[in-house]
Amino acid sequence: MLSRDTRDPAALPRLLLTVLAIALLWPGIQLAELNPGVLIAGDSQSEMGHFVSAFWPPAHSPDFLQLLLDATLQTLAIATAGMAIALLLAVPAALAASRALSLSAASRGGRPGALGQALRWPVRGLLIFLRSVPEIVWALLFVRAVGLGPTAGVLAIAITYAGMLGKVYAEIFESVDQRPMHVLLQAGSGRLAAFAYGSLPNAAAELTSYTVYRWECAIRASVVMGFVGAGGLGQQIDLSLRMFAGSEVASMLLTFLLLVLLADTLSRVLRGRLA
Amino acid sequence: MRRLGNIALLLAILAAVVASFAYLGMGLGALVEGDNLKQMGAYAARFLQPDLSSGHLQAIGRGALETLAMSAVGTLLAAVFGLLLALPAAGRFGGVAQSLVRLLLNALRAIPELVWAALMVLAAGLGPNAGTLALALHTAGVLGRLFAEALENTPTAPAEAIRLQGGGQIAAFCYGTLPNLWPQLLAYTLYRWENNIRMASVLGFVGAGGLGQMLYISLSLFQEAQASTVILAMLLLVLGVDALSGWTRQRWVRTG
Repeated sequence: MLSRDTRDPAALPRLLLTVLAIALLWPGIQLAELNPGVLIAGDSQSEMGHFVSAFWPPAHSPDFLQLLLDATLQTLAIATAGMAIALLLAVPAALAASRALSLSAASRGGRPGALGQALRWPVRGLLIFLRSVPEIVWALLFVRAVGLGPTAGVLAIAITYAGMLGKVYAEIFESVDQRPMHVLLQAGSGRLAAFAYGSLPNAAAELTSYTVYRWECAIRASVVMGFVGAGGLGQQIDLSLRMFAGSEVASMLLTFLLLVLLADTLSRVLRGRLA
Repeated sequence: MRRLGNIALLLAILAAVVASFAYLGMGLGALVEGDNLKQMGAYAARFLQPDLSSGHLQAIGRGALETLAMSAVGTLLAAVFGLLLALPAAGRFGGVAQSLVRLLLNALRAIPELVWAALMVLAAGLGPNAGTLALALHTAGVLGRLFAEALENTPTAPAEAIRLQGGGQIAAFCYGTLPNLWPQLLAYTLYRWENNIRMASVLGFVGAGGLGQMLYISLSLFQEAQASTVILAMLLLVLGVDALSGWTRQRWVRTG
């Protein structure tokens, strides 16, 4: 007769796995100096409580609102200007890095020649390098090179986003149907003309939609980059944080949330419209 | 009409770009004029000789380990809190709790990691602890929402069967819901960990430990050779994570 057994047959292996995972993580916890206790320790709590209690009401004096408006506009301008420069760099780089424009590929069934492929690699490598260094590191470097302020932010966005856009554009060019362009190339048209009339119409929707999405990301990035001194809303947040001005931090965080929400909506509308 | 609208839109975008440059008053000309370019070139050239002495490499190794540890522990904490918050967010404890927890999750998620890190440095002091907590807070918001969605979409039949057999709530969750949910939770957590490794390497800019703090300090001290090694280490870390995640995704996700 079957007896009732409430034990979990898999309990022991699970327990052992958990113990193993904790044993592996233990040095990690040591290294990360994890200690959530400091958050509830007496003095830091009263200090934090002081700071957070100043969050309400958010600062709203006319002077401060003017400053906030300026910072917000600056953030938007940094993102837009950065994207514009990034596009200027990314489009030629994508054309150079993409296999789509290869003449040899047109006559060899889509397989480019070895020499062309070898020449494409340096451009690809450059794009990988540009996008692999995080944008905030670029911002930090440019702040040292050109000084505090929005210029560093614009250059950082331009460089990182050129790397990302260039790679994605090159992939989009390669992913659309190659046949119209190959026909044009074999009929003797120039490369750019063949690209513009053979590939671009197919790729345009995807290109715009990705570009608008990246612009939205650029807005978020430009806020964050302000923390290393690259201008915009982030720099103001950083300043207010350092001065323990809770109410200012609160209204700036609210503005930031609004800005992200707005960019999100605008980007969805634009993508629906252009794509 | 649509064509006219599109042209107007393009003009508006063009105007926005021009207005942006005008608003920033950014003379890109000023960048190239005079010896500015030469100065920037000289600055960049100082990065070309990375400091590869063994002492510095050891410090970087420690920084990289610290970054990895911050991201791993932060993600793990976030996964635990995310699951705890996902249960009410998926409506398991009634409508009021659901909307309250959703609001909390949105707030956690909306504030970027770096802002959390700056706040945590104020609250918990300089060092990797602040970075770990910042990652945990932001990621808890992200994972909580993803987990809640996964929880809503998971089939309810197994859990109901256990309940009908007389099993308790907890048993039904652990043996009915969790086995179905588990792979998805793991996939989301690993994906966020990947993001967090990248993020953890820059959180140090506001004083939250790891490679970022080393980079910030060496740049502030004008030690470009040391800074360049740190940048190389970050680059290796990012490329390594990319390669690893691409490989695992190809190996497990496509076939699965």
